[in-house]
Amino acid sequence: MMTSVSESPPRVPPTTPPVGRPRRRISGIWWLILPGLLILTFSYFVPMLWVVRMAFNRFIGGGGIELTFSFDSFLEVFTDPYYFKVAGTTLALGCWVAALTIVVAYPLSLFLARTTSKYKALLTMFAIAPMLVSSVARTYGWMVVLGNQGLINTVLGGLGLTDRPIQLSNNFTGVVIALVQIFLPYAVLAMSSGFGRLNTDLEQAAASLGANRITRFVRITLPLTLPGVLTAALLVFVLTISAYVTPRLIGGGRVFVLAAEIYDQATNQLNWPLAAALSIVLIVIFGVAISLYQILQKRVERRMSGL
Amino acid sequence: MNDTIATTTNRIVVGLIFAFLWLPILVIFVVSFDTSTFLRFPPEGFTLDAYTTVFSTPAFVSGLWTSLVIAVFATTLTLIVSTTAALAFTRYRFRGSAAAQSFFLSPLLVPNIVLGLALLLFFAPLGLTDGYVGLILAHVVLCIPYAVRTITVSLTTVDASSEDAARVLGASNFVTFRRVTLPLIRPGIIAGGVLAFLVSFDEAIVSLFLSGFAVTPLPVALLDHMETQAGPEVAALSVLLIVFSLGIVIVIERVLGLTRTLRS
Repeated sequence: MMTSVSESPPRVPPTTPPVGRPRRRISGIWWLILPGLLILTFSYFVPMLWVVRMAFNRFIGGGGIELTFSFDSFLEVFTDPYYFKVAGTTLALGCWVAALTIVVAYPLSLFLARTTSKYKALLTMFAIAPMLVSSVARTYGWMVVLGNQGLINTVLGGLGLTDRPIQLSNNFTGVVIALVQIFLPYAVLAMSSGFGRLNTDLEQAAASLGANRITRFVRITLPLTLPGVLTAALLVFVLTISAYVTPRLIGGGRVFVLAAEIYDQATNQLNWPLAAALSIVLIVIFGVAISLYQILQKRVERRMSGL
Repeated sequence: MNDTIATTTNRIVVGLIFAFLWLPILVIFVVSFDTSTFLRFPPEGFTLDAYTTVFSTPAFVSGLWTSLVIAVFATTLTLIVSTTAALAFTRYRFRGSAAAQSFFLSPLLVPNIVLGLALLLFFAPLGLTDGYVGLILAHVVLCIPYAVRTITVSLTTVDASSEDAARVLGASNFVTFRRVTLPLIRPGIIAGGVLAFLVSFDEAIVSLFLSGFAVTPLPVALLDHMETQAGPEVAALSVLLIVFSLGIVIVIERVLGLTRTLRS
């Protein structure tokens, strides 16, 4: 190796494998990946394909399924006004929760990114740790806070501000409040990783040139943090539209979302083709959200490089 | 002057957000000591009854064991397949590496409700529902992305030259891995394992599709229970679960800096 610098490369006969790692190595590498590949193929990839296939089968009542190729389930999803309403509620929930979570997570992330406090690590941990608390447990906490005899209504009633409990649980509002809190740590995490570009020098420069607080925020801080905000919004939207536990427990059977409908059709009605078709609708919404995110992100990047 | 007002408002806003974030968790703590058996606030009195109820509710105790068994097996299996796969992704160049890597991370992009349905539909005819094998396989799928990510990060950050040195000195691939690589990436493997364990232990939705009467993990048992009753015993169990996962995280944070691993 050391002496061969000036030598011309050895001539390779056309029958031997290409220069580089010997070919037998390659099979060795695949042995390393194979165990994971087998598990993922058997308990993830094939089942996902099977769902797509299932959506084109026909449900013949009483748990019976006819193996065929029909669009019956999709027709049912797209013609029944009930499923329109369910899809609408799911989308509305996703948009509300994403928007409100961003509003709440933004000041917190900005604070965590900027603070020079010696407790920065501890404060960051405080913001993220609730993520590790079971979402079933946190949903229960919100049931106690939002219930008709819960914390908020007791305080409001005790202060004489309300004479009747405000309906905060068993409805859409309650689900939104609980989901915002449950997904807040995820949003903070996603935002902070996108806040890397933020630095105080630019803001100080703007301030010394006479820009006031609002101008500095709108012209400097906001554009620099926008990529992180978009990532967080996508993440929370996607998590919300597939949430099941919180809408079921806090919705109290009055908030109908796609996830609950999929579960009900699959396990109670045993209408697997319909459950599969609803899953495909959910995945399509996912895909649209991700494409929209990529388009917006590209636009933001372009504008930033134009600065 | 204007700036101090702005800073103070800023602090108040951040304080309120922290309060909002921790409110339901604190409420659970308070309610778990309540004497009343209804879903209400404030509590009526102090008692530890709720905690005794947790341990005398058969569904909770067997659910806890089921969850622990599943989490231990799922974590072990996840770590084996993720470490070998991460090794292939970081130490060798081969055709299809990028595709294989995205395939290993892709379960993260699938909504759990859809994955749960897919597994029910595929496993039911094979007799794999309502049993340990099906649940463990499902949890491995959910855990692999987290473990592959943390272990890959750890493999790319350690210096590979000591591995080359071992090979130059005549160590076989396996000995190099066992004596050099493995000790170097141990923090990454532990972090991946902890994440996998927590993901498996807390998984409710996929398990809901795959469990029936015979095998019911704790989150599913808890959900079933909450359908009919939501008294302080739910709060007590939640507190125990919180203490359990926070305990693990704090220990790991002390030893390894988990938040750093999570954010990288």
